[in-house]
Amino acid sequence: MFDWRWDFTFEILPRLIVATGNTLLAAGLGYAIAVVLGLVFALAQRTPFRPLTIAVREAVEFIRSTPLVLQIFFVFYVGPQFGIRLSPWTAGMIAIGLHYAAYLSEVYRGGLESVPKGQWEAAKSLNLSTARTYFRVILPQALPPSLAGMGNYLVGIFKDTPMLSVIGVAELMHTANAIGSETYRFLEPFTLVGIIFLCISLPTAALIRLFEGWVRRKLGLG
Amino acid sequence: MSYFEFLGQYGDRIASGTLITMALTVLSALLAVAIAVAAGLMRMAPNMAVRGLATVYIEVFRGTSLLVQLYWIFFVLPLFGITLEKFTAGFVAVGMNLGAYGAELVRGAILSVPKGQWEAALALNMSPAKRMIRVILPQAVLIMLPSWGNLLIELLKGTALVALISVADLMFQVKQINGTTFMSAETFGTALIIYYVLARFMITPFMRWLERFMLRKMGRA
Amino acid sequence: MNTTDVSAFPLRLEGDAIPMVSFKKVTKSYGNLVVLDSLDLDVAEGEMVTVIGPSGSGKTTVLRMLMTLETINGGVIYVDGEPLTHMERDGKLVRADSRHLRKMRSKIGMCFQHFNLFPHMTALENCMEGPVHVLGMSKKEARERSEELLAMVGMAEKRDQHPSRLSGGQQQRVAIARALAMRPKVMLFDEVTSALDPEVIGEVTNVIRQLVAEHNLTMLMVTHQMGFAKDISDRICFFYSGRIEEQGTPDELFGNPQKERTQQFLSAVKEAS
Repeated sequence: MFDWRWDFTFEILPRLIVATGNTLLAAGLGYAIAVVLGLVFALAQRTPFRPLTIAVREAVEFIRSTPLVLQIFFVFYVGPQFGIRLSPWTAGMIAIGLHYAAYLSEVYRGGLESVPKGQWEAAKSLNLSTARTYFRVILPQALPPSLAGMGNYLVGIFKDTPMLSVIGVAELMHTANAIGSETYRFLEPFTLVGIIFLCISLPTAALIRLFEGWVRRKLGLG
Repeated sequence: MSYFEFLGQYGDRIASGTLITMALTVLSALLAVAIAVAAGLMRMAPNMAVRGLATVYIEVFRGTSLLVQLYWIFFVLPLFGITLEKFTAGFVAVGMNLGAYGAELVRGAILSVPKGQWEAALALNMSPAKRMIRVILPQAVLIMLPSWGNLLIELLKGTALVALISVADLMFQVKQINGTTFMSAETFGTALIIYYVLARFMITPFMRWLERFMLRKMGRA
Repeated sequence: MNTTDVSAFPLRLEGDAIPMVSFKKVTKSYGNLVVLDSLDLDVAEGEMVTVIGPSGSGKTTVLRMLMTLETINGGVIYVDGEPLTHMERDGKLVRADSRHLRKMRSKIGMCFQHFNLFPHMTALENCMEGPVHVLGMSKKEARERSEELLAMVGMAEKRDQHPSRLSGGQQQRVAIARALAMRPKVMLFDEVTSALDPEVIGEVTNVIRQLVAEHNLTMLMVTHQMGFAKDISDRICFFYSGRIEEQGTPDELFGNPQKERTQQFLSAVKEAS
């Protein structure tokens, strides 16, 4: 194809594969933060304390309506202005973790709302405590309908990690850019990056669908 | 420098960046809608080659990152003799990316039009094209409009990436201003608020209005 | 209308024959819509009371208030002599806090129209959940009790099945066992046969018949099965627009209804069946 150079391809491939490791690490860490923080956001919106509910709701809306790349810049550059220096990794993880926590909180919210009212009433009629009701009755049922959304955002966070390159996190895109500016060849590195992304995100999406079915069966909801 | 002095000095550049962002949003939205309808319909075509083409398009654009696509269109396409000016490359990348997501919305909405509607249209002996245009699509539009509201906000956010190929949008302007003033909270904070206002006070109300308009048009309001 | 002032009500019911359940001037409304209008109703220990009436007459609300699924706007409900909706503080009745509600709820069990079994737990796990995690029973003990109750409702063999694998009648029988496992003093049956196919209604009503015959439980039931209600109830209350229009023994109410509305309702029901 056109000017494609295979020797160059094989020369840069190891570097890109190492960088893929960083990309996966960034996606995994960011997702772990988002999964936990998202649940906090979702549950905070269900407390009877109105000011907290409204504040969290607005914060989630704000985060969801503004560009992640701008949030990454904001977290990375605003700290030093006030004497807090964050490494690119730390800033990146905070920004991407917060961003996806906002998305996941919406997924959880939908999942929680999909649990029929009768389940709450049955738990109450058995006199289960609030904590027990959430952890043993409601959350296990809110999980399966949330899984599809959670899976989408797992793939989503993976595809958004290239934005971390803007503050110098040495992930896949950053490495491809570096190769490009060293060698003045963009065709191979950028194309390879695309192929690597495709090779990871497509099977992951398929695996998530399988996992979803497995969880449903495991919980006896199949 | 107080925030007001900051706005006085850099307000013009921020405003011009905002206008570029809005122009990018409108252009890429139009492109995304056109691609979404075309790819969504092709995805359901009886011809396997047509269906396959649409599937490949959708999977490739949904399976890789917008940033990767943007760089590829801007840096690699010229090697194939297709050189797009950076503004054009920017909105084409965003439009093609979000169009792939929109295609799935179109397909999902068409599939969720009740089966009885297809059968009723068939019973009136409408041609396949007539069935789609006269009966199915109008109902599908109503079904998918709420999801398009979210997609357009994603699209607006996506346009911020074109700053990375030096299109002078809002993101690019505040990045430049930050580079000379180091007033990061003011620059990036202002931009965050502007994006939020565009999303929540322009796109969302517009989509609500469009929904109501369509509902009225179909006599369901 | 909104009688939040409860100073006129006793702190607890005392005397020889205190009712197990006692509604005193209980009012419930949603905005302008009055669902229950100053209801007075006593249910004696061991009594089986059935509530009938047209839909929207407030009969389900009576049970839901007893289970504390609905708050009340006025009056006081007493269970076992103690206030349910209120509690004593400094010699006065105040609105019950969540601790008091939890204590009182342990006296009451409920079965729902749509069963509300926990779908991710097996029949046995559904029954064991409350005894283990609310009553603090050992797993072994809870399992024995649950298995005994599942056997009683004829569901011993299906104990390891999830609700999705059970028919409606089977699910409702498990739900009855689950409620009984908490050893309530009062059992509430809220239209437990309404969501069932006609051919499985009998398996649920038979379980309730058996309960009435063999146990000294206080029971309140809302049902549309008139024949069943007539067979097993000690007393029938006919509700009409938020109040008890007429009540009496099954023979009195079905055999010789006094009020015109009762007669209309009963003949309309007879027509339909």
